[in-house]
Amino acid sequence: MIKRIKIGTGSCGVAAGADEVFDFFSENIKDIELVEVGCIGHCYAEPIIEVETDKGSIFYEKVEPKKEFLEKILNLENSSRLQVGGNRTKKEFLKVTELAGKIDPVSYDEYKSNSGYNGLAKALLMKPEEVVEQVKISGLRGRGGGGFPTGLKWSFLAAQKDEEKVLICNADEGDPGAFMDRSMMESVPHQVMEGMLIAAHATGASSIFIYVRAEYPLAIKNLKIAIEDIIKYKINHINGRKIFIKIKEGAGAFVCGEETAMINSLEGKRGTPRFRPPFPTDKGYKGHPTLINNVETFANIPIILREGGTKYAKLGTKNSKGTKLFALAGDLKYSGLVEVPMGITIGEIVYEIGGAVKGEVKAVQIGGPSGGCIPAEHFDTPVDYDSLTSLGAIMGSGGLIVIGNNRCMVETARYFLDFTARESCGKCTFCRIGTTRMLETLERITAGDGCEEDITFLQDLGDKIKKGSLCGLGQTAPNPVISTIRYYKDEYLRHVNEKQCNALECNALVDVFIDKENCIECGLCIKNCPIDAISDDFIVDNSKCTRCNSCIEVCPKNTISRIPGGGISE
Amino acid sequence: MPEKMLLKEMEKDQSNLIRALQSVQENEGFVSDERLKDISNYFSIPPVEVEGVISFYAQFKRTKPGKYIISVCDGTACHIKGANLISNWISDELGIKDGETDSEDLFTLETVACLGCCSLAPVIAINGKVYGNLERKSLLKILRKFKKEA
Repeated sequence: MIKRIKIGTGSCGVAAGADEVFDFFSENIKDIELVEVGCIGHCYAEPIIEVETDKGSIFYEKVEPKKEFLEKILNLENSSRLQVGGNRTKKEFLKVTELAGKIDPVSYDEYKSNSGYNGLAKALLMKPEEVVEQVKISGLRGRGGGGFPTGLKWSFLAAQKDEEKVLICNADEGDPGAFMDRSMMESVPHQVMEGMLIAAHATGASSIFIYVRAEYPLAIKNLKIAIEDIIKYKINHINGRKIFIKIKEGAGAFVCGEETAMINSLEGKRGTPRFRPPFPTDKGYKGHPTLINNVETFANIPIILREGGTKYAKLGTKNSKGTKLFALAGDLKYSGLVEVPMGITIGEIVYEIGGAVKGEVKAVQIGGPSGGCIPAEHFDTPVDYDSLTSLGAIMGSGGLIVIGNNRCMVETARYFLDFTARESCGKCTFCRIGTTRMLETLERITAGDGCEEDITFLQDLGDKIKKGSLCGLGQTAPNPVISTIRYYKDEYLRHVNEKQCNALECNALVDVFIDKENCIECGLCIKNCPIDAISDDFIVDNSKCTRCNSCIEVCPKNTISRIPGGGISE
Repeated sequence: MPEKMLLKEMEKDQSNLIRALQSVQENEGFVSDERLKDISNYFSIPPVEVEGVISFYAQFKRTKPGKYIISVCDGTACHIKGANLISNWISDELGIKDGETDSEDLFTLETVACLGCCSLAPVIAINGKVYGNLERKSLLKILRKFKKEA
C-alpha cells in the first residue's frame, strides 16, 4: 500500500523538470499525500520520486509528467526504478545527509520526529564548556576548506567576556562546481539551525547571522520557514537568553567566503579582507567577538551531540574525523552529492561511486579555484586534510570535478586563474596584479605564443602571490597552476614548444577540417557557419574560422572535426 | 532574491545597505542614478561609497537589463563541458556579447560563476529558470522560442 509520494524539488531536481512533474502529479493524484522534499544526492537521475509503502520505499528515476509514468508508479512497476550505479550504496556513509531528501525540509514536526533537536536538548542539559569539550573530542574540523579544529575555535569565542557575541554561518558557497551547502540548506534547514543554536549555547553568542548567496533562492526560502518555526516554538530561547537570528544575502563576491571579508560585507561595506590579528573571535562584526563556521560544519554538530564526541571520532582517520560531502561532477556517469567517510580513497569516489571508467580519467580537480588537480596515478590517496595538502591540492569545501583524458590541463588552469583574477578584491598588490599577470601568461600559452620561460615565470610568480597576499583567496589562487605544472608539465611544454594542444581544446592551436570523402554535401555546415568560413566546395578557411563548433554539431555524418593546427595547410 | 521591501522600512544602519540595493534591483531591475542618490541620502553615506559597494558585487547592475536575462553558467563542470561554446552560440544567434543587452532591450547575456546544477552541465538560466544538458540544437530551440514569444 502506498503511504505517500515524495518528489525531490531541490534546485537540481527543479532544473531537471521536477516542478512540472509535481504539478502534473498533484492534478492527477487525489487520495495520496504528495510531499516536496530536498535532495537525496543522485542528481544524475533527477527528477526522482520516492514512493513510501508499508513495505519500505521505492525510488523512481527520470520521472516524466505523463499519464503512463504516473500509472507505472501507482502500480509500483519495476521499470524506471532508480538504479544506484556502481558500489555507491556500499561506499557511502550517510550521516550528515541522512535525512536529506527523506523528510519534508520545512516541516518542524517531521524533523523533530526524526531525532531532530535532540542534540540541542542534550546540549542544554550540559554546561557550555562541556559542549565545547564534546566538539573538541569529536575531532571535527572546519568543512569550509580550511580545516581548523571547530572545538578550538568555539573555545576562543566562549572565552570572550563581551556581552554581545556573534555567530555567523558561512553559506556563501562561491566555489564554481560546489553545491553541498545549497543542498543541505534546501533539504535539512532545521539541522543547520540546530547546529547553530547548540553553538550559541556553547559559546554564549547572542546573535546568529546566516550569510547566504543570493543565487540560492530556495535555500533562503526554506531557511526562512525554519527560522519562523524556531521563533514560534521558542527554540531560540536558550537558558533564559533569546537568540537573535537573521538571514543576510550575499551579492556575488567569491572573496566574501573569507571570514574578515564576510564581516565587512555584513556591515554593508565592500567585501575586502582585514588584517589578522585581531582575529574575528576577538574583534569581528561591529567590533564584537565573532565566530564563523561553514554550513556543513554546523550540520555535523547535532550528530556529535546526539551520539557523543567519542563515538563520532571513531569514524575517519587519525587527523580527519567523520564524513565529508562532495559535489561530484564532470566526466563521469553518476554525478551528484555524495557523503563519504574520511579516509576513503579518491579512486573509490571517482570509479566506484561516480561510475567513471578507469583509463578514461586524467585527473580530479578538488577544492575549486583554491585547490589543485590530482592525477589518476594518485587516486589511491585517502581523502583527509593532510594527505590532500601533501599532493598540492586541498580538501576545500567539497567540489570534486572529474577531468577526462580529452581535456587540456593548461586550459583548466587558465579557467581557474580567469576566475580568481576577476574575483580578486584588489586590496593586495600581489593578488590583484599577480593573478592578472598569471592569467595573461596562460592566455599567451594557450594562444600558441608562449615560451619555456613562461612556465618558470608562472611558478615564480605563483610563489610570490602566495606569500604576498593577505587572505586565503590570494594565498591559494596559484594552486591550480602550480599543481598542473607539477603533474602535467609535458602538456605545458607541448603548448610552448610544439604549439600543439593534445586535447584539441585550445582554439588557436587547432584547425577545423571537413573530411570530403564521407561528406554528403548537404550544406548544413555552410548554412550554420556564423561567419561564412566554409566555401561552396566545403573547405574551411581556418584563418577566418572562430572554432565555434557549430558545423561540427550540425553535421549529420560526423565528417567535420578538430585536428592539430597546421595539419591541412598546403 | 530578497522580498520586495521599501527603503523606509529599513533601519538606517549601513549593515542594511546591501539589502537596500538588492530591494531596489529586485523592484526595478537595476540601480539607477536616481535610486543610488535616494539610498545615499537615506543612509547618509556618500554616493561614491555606495557606488563603491555596488561595483564590488557582481549581482548589481547599473544599466537596465533586457526583458530576458540569460545567465550562462561557467562553473567548473559547465566549463569543461563547453560553456564557452554555449556562450558563443548565443552571441552568434542574438548578436550580443557577454554583458551586453540587445537594441530592443529583449535579451541580456551574462556569464555567472556557478548555478549549482553541475550534474546537468552545461546549463544556462533564463530569468532564473534553468535549462540543462544543452547542445547547440536544443539551445537554439530555446532561444528561438523566447524570440517568438517576445
